[in-house]
Amino acid sequence: MAVIPRTEFQRRRNRRKWLGRAFHGMCLLSVAIALGMLAVLLIYLLIQGATGINWSFLTSFASRHPDQAGIKAAILGSIYVVLVAGVVSFTLGVATALYLEEYAARSRFAKIAKINIANLAGVPSIVYGILGLQIFVHNLHLGKSVLAGGFTLALLVLPIVIVAAGEAVRAVPPSFREGSYALGATRWQVIWHIVFPLAFPGILTGVILAVSRAIGETAPLIAMGALTFVPFSPDSPLSRFTVLPIQIFNWTSRPQEGFQEAAAAGIIVLLVILLIMNAGAVILRNHFQNKWEG
Amino acid sequence: MLDQDFILQTRGLSVYYDSKIAVTDVNLNVARNRITSIIGPSGCGKSTLLRCFNRMNDLIPSARVEGQVLFDGLDLYGPDVDPTEIRYEIGMVFQRPNPFPKSIYDNVAFGPRINGFKGDMDEVVERSLVRAALWDEVKDRLKASALSLSGGQQQRLCIARALAVEPRVILMDEPCSALDPFATLAIEELMRELSEDYSIIIVTHNMQQAARVSHYTAFLMLEETRVGFLVEFGESRKIFTNPEDERTEAYITGRFG
Repeated sequence: MAVIPRTEFQRRRNRRKWLGRAFHGMCLLSVAIALGMLAVLLIYLLIQGATGINWSFLTSFASRHPDQAGIKAAILGSIYVVLVAGVVSFTLGVATALYLEEYAARSRFAKIAKINIANLAGVPSIVYGILGLQIFVHNLHLGKSVLAGGFTLALLVLPIVIVAAGEAVRAVPPSFREGSYALGATRWQVIWHIVFPLAFPGILTGVILAVSRAIGETAPLIAMGALTFVPFSPDSPLSRFTVLPIQIFNWTSRPQEGFQEAAAAGIIVLLVILLIMNAGAVILRNHFQNKWEG
Repeated sequence: MLDQDFILQTRGLSVYYDSKIAVTDVNLNVARNRITSIIGPSGCGKSTLLRCFNRMNDLIPSARVEGQVLFDGLDLYGPDVDPTEIRYEIGMVFQRPNPFPKSIYDNVAFGPRINGFKGDMDEVVERSLVRAALWDEVKDRLKASALSLSGGQQQRLCIARALAVEPRVILMDEPCSALDPFATLAIEELMRELSEDYSIIIVTHNMQQAARVSHYTAFLMLEETRVGFLVEFGESRKIFTNPEDERTEAYITGRFG
């Protein structure tokens, strides 16, 4: 019987240990690079923009003079547009996911639809802007309004919501469905009383992701015809508007030093709004998640 | 026995998943207010047969049922029968306790609520929990999560949940297989009490359990060429002491399965 020399064993073990450490180190390095870049960005922004953030910056409208330029119109525009996009994509996305997972599950149609929806998530965002311009602005005569912008972004993020909501719905244990069917529940009652409440935290996660993406989008709204210089508050759903990323983009393309500072300050505002919205949604999600855990 | 002594009867019942047969030509009479157990080796179609009685197989798109299931003479697979309406006449308890992630109270109240019950819900909840022998253990924490209960308590909660819609039949699909011996004993005791007012059909892997609790036993089997056919059906006492078929004897004495 052949016996492998003990030294051979030892040598391989050392090599494996070394490989393990190397891999560990590589992963750590990747984390350091990602976090490092983020830290550099944040520090740079804070140095350049922190002095620009004050009450008058937050409450003033756009101006030709850098020291008088404010971000009020963009903040309001972003909040309104994202609100519309969030509500519309949530409603359509959840209904679509429920249809595909609960009503049409396992059908050929559902399979094909799901593949196509996943592909839609990869379509360049500017295509959605062009689509929105044609359908919402022209065909539906909404104008280049808050509503048209919100609908456009809703279309853009719809695939994210559908995929996330579909996963959340699939994650509801079949035993709960069976349990309620066995008590005489109709399909609608099973969905409304069991599937939806249990899938809700997961669906919310998808909506958080979607809204976070929507609030940073620039290209589709420019393609759709959002303004870049707005010296007024959007006061109705049909009002014209601008959003934070467009305002920031506009300022960075100006030669004056003051506008560069305003752009940095604008990015900080955008990040803070994003953080607040995400934190709110996470708190909401945890609230629903922990309620009945045993 | 006369036909009216049977609450459920199957006539030439076969079940297919796509083209694969799972239950073959079963004729079975289920006695009223008695416990009938279905035993047999794994994969012999016990659960599939059980799920014909409340049309749970309808939820599996590939399943197809042939033959008749008569519920007090009414064919459950007749053209005018709505499966959601027969399911609160014929309740079900599952293999793993599956209380909803809601409060104890809301679990019991779920069935009455979805069926449009308008009366005194507190009374229904209390009555159902008393009947399921769980009331004394939970009466002070009805608002607590059902998932905070032990496995045995969860299964009794599921029984209470089924009782709350006042069914006439209770189907039990291996209700004790996920429970410890003490919890199993409590459920068996409960089944005996319930059989005074309800007809119970239980699928079980545990032959001692079938012998202990059931009045009648059906033995299902599978062979190379046939799946899910009924070998022998009769009083449990006879099946477990003096079976007519040698395959039944081989199974209950542990020679296979």
